[in-house]
Amino acid sequence: MKLTVDQLHITLDRKPILRDVHLEAAKGDIVGLVGPNGSGKSTLLRTVYRSLRPATGVVTVGDDDVWELSARTAARRTAAVLQDAGTTTGLTVTEIVALGRTPHHGLLGRDGAEDREAVAEAVARCGVGPFADRDYATLSGGERQRVLLARALAQRPQLLVLDELTNHLDIRARFELLDLIRSTGITTLAVLHDLDLAARLCDHLVVLHEGEVVAAGPVLDVLTPDLLRDVFGVRGSTERHADGVVRITYAAQPLAHDREPEPVDQ
Amino acid sequence: MVVAVSIGAVDIPVGDVWGVLLHHVTGRGAAGDPALDQIVWTFRTPRVALAAVVGAGLAVAGAVLQTLVSNPLADPVVLGFSYGASLGAVLVITLGGVALGGLGGIGVSGAAFVGALAAGALVFALGQRRGRLAPTRLVLAGVAVGYVLLSVTSFVQLLATPTELRTVMFWMLGSVAGAQWSQLPGVTVVVLASTVLLTLFGRRLNALLAGDESATALGVDVNRLRAVLLVISALLTGTVIAVAGGIGFVGLMIPHLVRLTIGADHRRLLPLTALLGAIYLVVVDLLSRTLSRPDELPLGILTALLGAPFFLWLLRRNKGLDTV
Repeated sequence: MKLTVDQLHITLDRKPILRDVHLEAAKGDIVGLVGPNGSGKSTLLRTVYRSLRPATGVVTVGDDDVWELSARTAARRTAAVLQDAGTTTGLTVTEIVALGRTPHHGLLGRDGAEDREAVAEAVARCGVGPFADRDYATLSGGERQRVLLARALAQRPQLLVLDELTNHLDIRARFELLDLIRSTGITTLAVLHDLDLAARLCDHLVVLHEGEVVAAGPVLDVLTPDLLRDVFGVRGSTERHADGVVRITYAAQPLAHDREPEPVDQ
Repeated sequence: MVVAVSIGAVDIPVGDVWGVLLHHVTGRGAAGDPALDQIVWTFRTPRVALAAVVGAGLAVAGAVLQTLVSNPLADPVVLGFSYGASLGAVLVITLGGVALGGLGGIGVSGAAFVGALAAGALVFALGQRRGRLAPTRLVLAGVAVGYVLLSVTSFVQLLATPTELRTVMFWMLGSVAGAQWSQLPGVTVVVLASTVLLTLFGRRLNALLAGDESATALGVDVNRLRAVLLVISALLTGTVIAVAGGIGFVGLMIPHLVRLTIGADHRRLLPLTALLGAIYLVVVDLLSRTLSRPDELPLGILTALLGAPFFLWLLRRNKGLDTV
């Protein structure tokens, strides 16, 4: 399902966080949202999964403004894997994956065949079957992220929103997760800190800098030496290697100018 | 429960208890000894039934509050409801109708109920900012409101006579000794209805365990859910405390006991918490009137004394808690 964000302005505590943001993801596209800490990436995601209502601007999933939809209807279209861990002690892996069925039921809804099927399918696809009955709290970081992704897939969404899914994971776990996301074929908007991973996963990149979109388009067109210098403050160049993977080569020396202390990401 | 009815200051054979109960429920069989009848039907049965209902209500309220504010230490006491009820009760016990005018007319139970709800409303109001109820803010508001109410309660106690003080203390530690049939229908309906309603919210409560933002992404209107649940649990707690006084620990411990045994899925957790809470308080009440016969101990003393060691043992056995 396609995603369109248009003329989005967000102000929190009288501080402008996002200014006139425009973003598009065509059906089946994987769009990476990159930018330095505090550039407004997570805030932009919040408007997409309907947690933050913009004063001006429209977020459209499919053909509908998400704020015209009910919370449940919107959640049947859009699933998110976020960084708030919650207090998930006491729930087993299967129970966490089954949370993905929440938007498909009202107060009186009971689990049916479709729910069990969606959960089983998500468990199998994400390979969390071997520890399906374990307490979530006892899992490793990589296992936990796969469980959360399975929860999102159990929602049977048509748009995936991912916030730093691969943070703190070892390199193999990262690649496995990226392959998993690619294999679903679902339209995805992913915030990624690691530009190499973003380049590897995404069809398109959108670069946020101080609340504004400063570049958008195919990975190679976006990650130019100028942009790496101006937005990320590093010297580097990007090229597509013979195996088809886009890689960034950073220069050994960082830029000489003093960086301001980094604000915490919203 | 029948066994609990049979034991007390005077032990009555279980068979005789059944006889009396059957006589009253079905109208069949002989009426039997009037004294025995009075002990079983007028005093003990409503008492045991009330203990069960109160235990269930407190335990369910605790379970929901813990999830609501994402804090394992939450219960009606921490959120200030119990202190509100105490203040209401103590005011009526010590000052009676004189100083309170119209308030005296509602009695200790009524004042406790009003106190609990007022405390709940205050915590609710202080716990929100820009229209959102934040978990940490709610807990801290509850604790702060609780302390203020406790100071006022202590001050009022200073003005009390020794006799009033004893009544106050017994009330604050909780008891179901004064149970009457007339109290039961109201409390039972509130506890049953709340438990059923809250269990229906089970799926959403589960989603809340994933964190506020994740729950929102799962289609849950987190803020509205929190408001609704807070109102239901304040009503539930207020009703229960009003008839039984400030029984602590049940609301904190029973939900954890059930969670550690069967997991945190609220659709199972809440009904079983109600059941275990009911059983637990019946047993504690039984002990409270048998340990130092014919005197009675307040429930609040025993709930913690008996429950805490078992709770600690269970805590040690659980591995999941170490890796968070």
